[in-house]
Amino acid sequence: MCGINTVKMNNDLVKLSAESVNLWFGSKQVLKNINIDFAPNQVTALIGPSGCGKSTLLRAFNRMHDLSPDARIEGKLVLEGQDLYDGHFSATQVRRRIGMVFQKANPFPKSIYENINYGLKINDIPKAERKGIIENALKESYIWDELKTELDKPATRLSGGQQQRLCIARAVALRPEVILMDEPCSALDPLSTLKIEELIVKLKKDYTIVIVTHNMQQAQRVADKTVFMYLGEVIEEGETKELFNNPKNELTGNYVKGRFG
Amino acid sequence: MKLAAREKIDDAVKLLFRTTGLLVIAILGGIFFMLIWNSVAFFLKIKPLDFITGTQWNPSGSNAEYGILPLLVSTCLVTLGAMTIAIPLGIGTAAFLSEYAGKRLKSILKPVIEMLAAVPSVAIGFLGIVILGPGIAELTGQSNGLNALNGAILLAVMALPTIITVTEDALHGVPQSYREASYGVGANKWQTLIRVTIPAAAPGILAAVMLGVGRAIGETMTVLMATGNASAFPKGFFHSVRTITATIAIEMGEVPYQTTHYYALFAIAAVLFLITLAVNLIGEYFVNKFRKYQAA
Amino acid sequence: MKKLTPLIEWGTLLFCTGMVCFFLVVILWDLISKGAPSLSWEFVTSLPSEGMTKGGILPAIIGTVLLTMITALVSVPFGISCAIYLNEYAKDTWLTRLIRASIRNLAGVPSIIYGLFGLALFVQGLQMGTSLISAGLTLGLLSLPYVIITTEEALRRIPASTREAALAIGATQFESIRDVVLPSALPGILTGVVLTLSRAAGETAPILFTGVAFYINNPTGFLNQEFMSLPYHLYMLSTQHQAIEEVRPLAYGTALVLIIVVFLLNLTAFYVRYKHSKDE
Repeated sequence: MCGINTVKMNNDLVKLSAESVNLWFGSKQVLKNINIDFAPNQVTALIGPSGCGKSTLLRAFNRMHDLSPDARIEGKLVLEGQDLYDGHFSATQVRRRIGMVFQKANPFPKSIYENINYGLKINDIPKAERKGIIENALKESYIWDELKTELDKPATRLSGGQQQRLCIARAVALRPEVILMDEPCSALDPLSTLKIEELIVKLKKDYTIVIVTHNMQQAQRVADKTVFMYLGEVIEEGETKELFNNPKNELTGNYVKGRFG
Repeated sequence: MKLAAREKIDDAVKLLFRTTGLLVIAILGGIFFMLIWNSVAFFLKIKPLDFITGTQWNPSGSNAEYGILPLLVSTCLVTLGAMTIAIPLGIGTAAFLSEYAGKRLKSILKPVIEMLAAVPSVAIGFLGIVILGPGIAELTGQSNGLNALNGAILLAVMALPTIITVTEDALHGVPQSYREASYGVGANKWQTLIRVTIPAAAPGILAAVMLGVGRAIGETMTVLMATGNASAFPKGFFHSVRTITATIAIEMGEVPYQTTHYYALFAIAAVLFLITLAVNLIGEYFVNKFRKYQAA
Repeated sequence: MKKLTPLIEWGTLLFCTGMVCFFLVVILWDLISKGAPSLSWEFVTSLPSEGMTKGGILPAIIGTVLLTMITALVSVPFGISCAIYLNEYAKDTWLTRLIRASIRNLAGVPSIIYGLFGLALFVQGLQMGTSLISAGLTLGLLSLPYVIITTEEALRRIPASTREAALAIGATQFESIRDVVLPSALPGILTGVVLTLSRAAGETAPILFTGVAFYINNPTGFLNQEFMSLPYHLYMLSTQHQAIEEVRPLAYGTALVLIIVVFLLNLTAFYVRYKHSKDE
């Protein structure tokens, strides 16, 4: 009954997908029969009012709900044809391939250098290669020029925008295939937001990006495709321009025009 | 390290953490078992009724008697005295801290209470001997002031920090809107405290009192040093008494292993354990009640 | 009359608070004024002599330090591990609730009962005899619930986003705890541990039957030997000595040293807490 507008894409154009996903916290159903495909090297925005389940869906993709004892998932979450939950992958493997950037920048209470180095270290990347990777990741995230002389400073001293870009660099350094972003700019000022948005657009040539956002303008600026969710269901999805200018569903129209949310 | 190895370590460590959690249950179970086991050995030799109703504790006499009543009454007497002093003082201080004291005064008073809590019980007992004892002796004309009153005052000092801290938390947890509502109908600060804030915090304050009682009943060194330890049936606050804890402390060091007397000490310890358990459970009940009430 | 009432009301509360402060002042004043004259370098570095009527308290200081160290070795790894299990892994099942109830009850068990447990389990059951190790294990068990409760509180203050940051880059749960959660919670854990140990250092009842001795002539304690300790030394000097009045200055000196040790540990804890709160 929902996701009715889904036109199944050609399979090799699907990087990541949800198939009939239901999710409960205790007895409360938060996701209802979600079916979405995410194409490779595209930015897809998940929009919808608070509590619509968009963050919950995002976190299901890198198994962040594993730690919530009362979360229960049904259906399939699939990365390149492989179910993320069927025991083929461990949670650690999934998270290695699907990186995540959080709502509030959460750098480790370590130096800037160590923030990126830590992920490399635990993931067994040879010591000799690490320095280059770190430099590269910082360049990819466009903070190398700002930070190259203070790599040994504590990351917690950076500005909010710099911290968030460092967190993106930390994710990028591990060369994941997909990067999930959970309202990455909601705590930032407009200028930092702009920088992150530019970064997102540049990153999509190497990564598949799924971004949850509250900000309609942001979705229109960065996303190729947009998915509108409401009360745990996918109401409408499509090309960003199409969805914002010609919404097929009345709810979508009301939401993107700012009548509720 | 390879991922498989890392995940194996992860599982192993989780098991280790879980084991320590289970061991905690085993420790409480072990204490329980030890008390029960030795008490049963005692009750095989002495009738439970004689133990509960006996008014003489005289285990080393030729006609040994194992009545717990004098010890139990001593413990209750000292605890009652301590609470009579500590409850009003503790609630008053907590109310002062929570409702009247400014930020600066609080930052001085909090460390005072924390320091008081840190003084070892043996040091408090020592002061009972060198200061309070002679003081009481002078007032009453007794040869020494080592009696129930002395122990009660010292235990009050020891229970105060607990009572103050928990009561202040409880008062602090009362929503500001309650006080505002009270001021709104023209009540002043004192009326608000007595008629609104304290009743609203009552379950939390009761929990504080129960924790204080638990602390006082289980305290050993202070009462051992300050109450004189006469084993006769207690006659009042100005007489020497001997609590359950003091009896164990005095006699366990000298009693031969696995004699009736040895088992008897475990039996009175079991009674002490059950009393503190009950007191703590009641305290916990009130804490939960207060939390629920706060959440509502 | 109307003007006076608020003054009386306010005065009542002030009186209560004043009494509490008065207690502390009396304790500190008496111990310091009468204990200070006994304090000397010799007092803390020499053995007791002439039937305890002269000399110092070195073996008691060493005994208390060693005992506290063993207590820490037992209760800290055990307690932190259990707190990690409860806060990071345990789901809300009946078993978890049983563990939590056990911890709260253990915290309420009178210390003398720990003494009996140590006697039955370590001294007699495991044949360790009255010794430093038996007493240390007993005090370790006594301290355990406090270490668990304070550590869990420190862990609870670490936001979920900190754990997720590590997990999201492919750390296992243990790696995220070891490398990120524990280092962040360290100041809180340390504060709790030091406060717990300061309490343990002043405990007497649990070591009465598990290993403490009135006098030993060998100041370097061994695990399987009896030992002297400051609180027990104070107890003996003030109640059990044959010349109580004569040794009173020694008792005061011992009490002062004991309280200095305990307060120093407390100050350390407050310093860690203060420094951490400033850093944030």
